[in-house]
Amino acid sequence: MNDKVISLLCGVIFSLGLVVSGMTNPSKVIGFLSITHNWDASLIFVMGGAILIFAPFFYFLKNKEVSALGIEIELPSKQEIDKKLVIGSALFGVGWGLVGLCPGPSISALTSPGISGFAMFNPIVIIFLFSMAIGILVNKNLLQKTIQNKN
Amino acid sequence: MNNFTPYSALLGGILIGLSIVLYFYTTGRLAGVSGIVENAITKKTNRISNILFLLGLVLGPLLYCYTKEPIAIAFALPDHSFTITDSYPLVIIGGLLVGFGTRLSGGCTSGHGICGIGRLSISSLIATVIFVVVAMLTVTILQQFGIYL
Repeated sequence: MNDKVISLLCGVIFSLGLVVSGMTNPSKVIGFLSITHNWDASLIFVMGGAILIFAPFFYFLKNKEVSALGIEIELPSKQEIDKKLVIGSALFGVGWGLVGLCPGPSISALTSPGISGFAMFNPIVIIFLFSMAIGILVNKNLLQKTIQNKN
Repeated sequence: MNNFTPYSALLGGILIGLSIVLYFYTTGRLAGVSGIVENAITKKTNRISNILFLLGLVLGPLLYCYTKEPIAIAFALPDHSFTITDSYPLVIIGGLLVGFGTRLSGGCTSGHGICGIGRLSISSLIATVIFVVVAMLTVTILQQFGIYL
């Protein structure tokens, strides 16, 4: 097994988790975000379950230098609590609330179970994905420009 | 809370956790989806691997649909029918903000919310609290205008 096969497998398992828990369904997510009306706390159990599995595992492996496949372990450098973190998270929150899709579920939503059979390649989902890609590229280019300006 | 489905939510969460564990254990990378999307689009390093992860995200639901009946019955899973807004402006603005915001803050629900909190990162915890609270406010405001009742 190389890292490519594993990546595919991990994507499949990840999305099975999303589908089983209903997280690919935007109205289910909106139900969690709707605190004042018919609140649905399910999302907490999804995040909580995933954290409970990952946290102890990470604790025991965090000081390793290479992975099981001999690949150097890449951890994000300690992130400061700065304007980028706060503003970025707030903007993401607005977008998430507007549609009920965050990055993982938005991709799995391309093939998610619909009312009858699949909701295959729903045009709304495709438009969301294009907009998200543009948002990612705008940030990437803006950041690169500010870094260049500083130098 | 008539839509509350704690068992299927927990089962799904465990699957997501196992995926993140397997990915980290083998590749040494954290499975934050917004980061994987950015890298798949903009970086040559590990591009195939990143694209395959995203392909897996598309294949999983198909696999589930073909094996749905026995799994759904065995675990008594509820039927989560797919419903999304049909407003193009909402979807375009939402998509732009999700893409821009997650990469500006360095993570999304998986990167900050699961991997970050799992690593006991204070900045990820703060990011998660901010995006959840802001998203809740957004939905509450939309409900005042008759969107998302």
